[in-house]
Amino acid sequence: MAYLELQHLHKEFGEFTAIQEIDVALEPGEFLSLLGPSGCGKTTALRIVAGFERPTSGRIVVEGKDLTHVASNHRDMGMVFQAYSLFPNMNAQDNVEFGLRIRKKPPGERKRKVAELIELVGLSAAAKRYPHQLSGGMQQRVALARALAIEPRVLLLDEPLSALDALVRVQLREEIRRLQTQLGITTLYVTHDQEEALSISDRVAVLTQGRIEQIGVPADIYNEPNTPFVAEFIGTMNRLEATVTDDGEVDFQGTRLRVDNARGHRSGERVLVLVRPETLAVEPSGNGSGLGGKVVAHIFLGATTRLKVDAAGQELSADIPSTRAAALPVGARVSATFPAESARVLGLEEKPASPATAPADH
Amino acid sequence: MRRSGWFWLTIGGLYFLLPLAATAEFSLKEGDSYSLGPYREIFNDPQFRDTFFLSLKLAIATIVVALLLFIPTVYWVHLRLPRLRPVVQFISALPFVVPPIVLIVGILYVYNYQWVPSKYLGSPYYLVPGYVVLAFPFMFFALDNAFRAIDVHTLTEASQSLGAGWTRTLWRVILPNISAGAIAGAFLTFALVMGEFTMASLALFNTFPTYINYIGQTKANPAAALTILSFGITWLALLGILMVGRRPGRGAVQVGGAR
Repeated sequence: MAYLELQHLHKEFGEFTAIQEIDVALEPGEFLSLLGPSGCGKTTALRIVAGFERPTSGRIVVEGKDLTHVASNHRDMGMVFQAYSLFPNMNAQDNVEFGLRIRKKPPGERKRKVAELIELVGLSAAAKRYPHQLSGGMQQRVALARALAIEPRVLLLDEPLSALDALVRVQLREEIRRLQTQLGITTLYVTHDQEEALSISDRVAVLTQGRIEQIGVPADIYNEPNTPFVAEFIGTMNRLEATVTDDGEVDFQGTRLRVDNARGHRSGERVLVLVRPETLAVEPSGNGSGLGGKVVAHIFLGATTRLKVDAAGQELSADIPSTRAAALPVGARVSATFPAESARVLGLEEKPASPATAPADH
Repeated sequence: MRRSGWFWLTIGGLYFLLPLAATAEFSLKEGDSYSLGPYREIFNDPQFRDTFFLSLKLAIATIVVALLLFIPTVYWVHLRLPRLRPVVQFISALPFVVPPIVLIVGILYVYNYQWVPSKYLGSPYYLVPGYVVLAFPFMFFALDNAFRAIDVHTLTEASQSLGAGWTRTLWRVILPNISAGAIAGAFLTFALVMGEFTMASLALFNTFPTYINYIGQTKANPAAALTILSFGITWLALLGILMVGRRPGRGAVQVGGAR
C-alpha cells in the first residue's frame, strides 16, 4: 500500500497555475525526487506536503490518513530547507533537541537521541558549536539531524545541497541516501540538478510547467525519455528532426539512418531522433556512411572529450575517449554514426502523452 | 585624516562639548566656590524622587506595551505582508512629523468620550498610549532592522515543521534572534519617555521633564545639575544600545536608517 500520496494536487496563485494534476504515490521507505527547472512547481508541491501551502484542490494522504487540512506543526514531517535554517541562538545539539523539547520528551531520552543523531551525521566534535561557527555543509548536516530527531513520518528535502560547494554536495548527497536507506524513511526530495536526482533516487518525477512529464526509475528516465522535454532536460541529447522513410529507417537532410525505434511510426511521419553523445561514434571521413560533418570544438572532460560536430548546420555532441581525440582535430572532416538500437524516436506531429499526465485539462 | 578634517571635527566637538562643560561647571557652583551643593539639593527634594520614579514607571509601562504591540506586528509584516512594509514604515515615521502637541490634543479629545473609565483619566498611565505612539518610529526601525537580519520565513517554517505552534515559534525562535533590536528599541523608548515634556505638561502631570522645567524656572544651579543628570540618563541608554549591539554571537544592531 502506498505510504505517502499526493492526490490530484492543484495549486493556483491568483492567475498563475503553479501545479496541476500532480498525482504520485510513494511506497514506504521510498526515495522519490521531484526534478525540474525553476518555476516548474516542484517546491510548491513539497510545501503543500509540508503544510506550508494549501492546495487549491487535491489531497495529501499519509498511511491512509488525509492530512490536507492538518497544520504544518501537527504533521510530523521533517524538513530540510534550501536556505540555512538552523536557529542562530542555539548550538548544534540544541537545534537537534528542539523538536524533542516541543514533544515534551523526558530529558534522558532527549539527550540520548540528540547524541545518537549528531553522531549519525558525523558532527560529534562540533555539537556545541553555534550555526555561525559551522560551514554550510555542516549546517545542513545539523538540519538533517534536526529533521530526523522527531522521527518524522516523511522526510522532505527542498534543494538542501544547492548552496554548497560541488565537492561537499556530492559527499553529502551520498550520505543523505545512506541515512535514508539505513533508517528506511520515506523521502521526498526536490532538486533542479538532474545528476543529483538520478544518483540518489529510487524514482524520479520530472516536472515542467506544474505537471509531471515522466515518472520512473532513474535508468528509465535517462534511457527512455517519453517526451522531448525530458530528453532535453536529462543529460545531453542530440536532437535530429527527421522523416520516417522505410521500416526502421529515417531520412535526416538527405542522409539515411537506421533507427530501430522508428518501426512503430508510419512512413513520411516527422519524428525527433534522440541520440546520446556517448552512443555517437565519430570516425575520420572516408567511408561515407553516417552523418558527415566537421569538428568545430573540443571540450576536454577528463576521461572523455566532447566533440562538437557541425553536420549540415546541425550541431552534434559526441563523447569519445580522450585518447582518441588527437586523431580528430578541430577542422577535421568526420562522419558520425550510432547503433541502430540506441536512438529514441518521438513523434513530432502529436505530443506523446506520458502516463502521469492527464491530457484532459487545458 | 587630513588636517581640514581635524579642524571640522574640533569645531563640531566644541559645538557639542562647550555648552555641556559650561553647564557642568555651573552645576558645581555655590556662590563663588565649588561644591556638590546643587546636586545635594536636587537629591533631597522629594519632588525629584516622585517625578523621577513616576517617569521611570511610565517608561517601563511604555516599553512593555510597545514591545507587546510592535514585535508581533513587525513579525507579521515581515512574514505575511512584506508588501505592506513600506506603508508601515511610512506610518511609523508620522510621529516625527506630527508634533507632540497635536498628538496630545487629539488624545485629550479621544479621552473625552464616555467609554473611557474615569478612574483611568486621573492616572498618569493616561500618558502611556501617547508615549507608545511616540515610541513607534524608534521601536519600528530597531525591530525592522533586527528582523531583516534573520531569515524570518525559513526560521518560522523550520520551527513549525518541528512541531512548534505560533506562540512557541515567536517565544523560542524569533524573540531570541531579534532580542538585540528589541532591547535597542527599549533603550530608545526609555530615553524618550524620560525626556518627554509637551504631553505631560499639557495633560497636567508632574513627570521628570516637567520637574526639570520647573527647577529651570526657579533655581539656577540645581537646574544645571539636573540637566547633567538627565544627560547622564540618555547617555546610559545609548551606551546600553552599544553594549547590546556588541554582544558576541549576535548581529550588530543598527538603530534607524537603512542597512
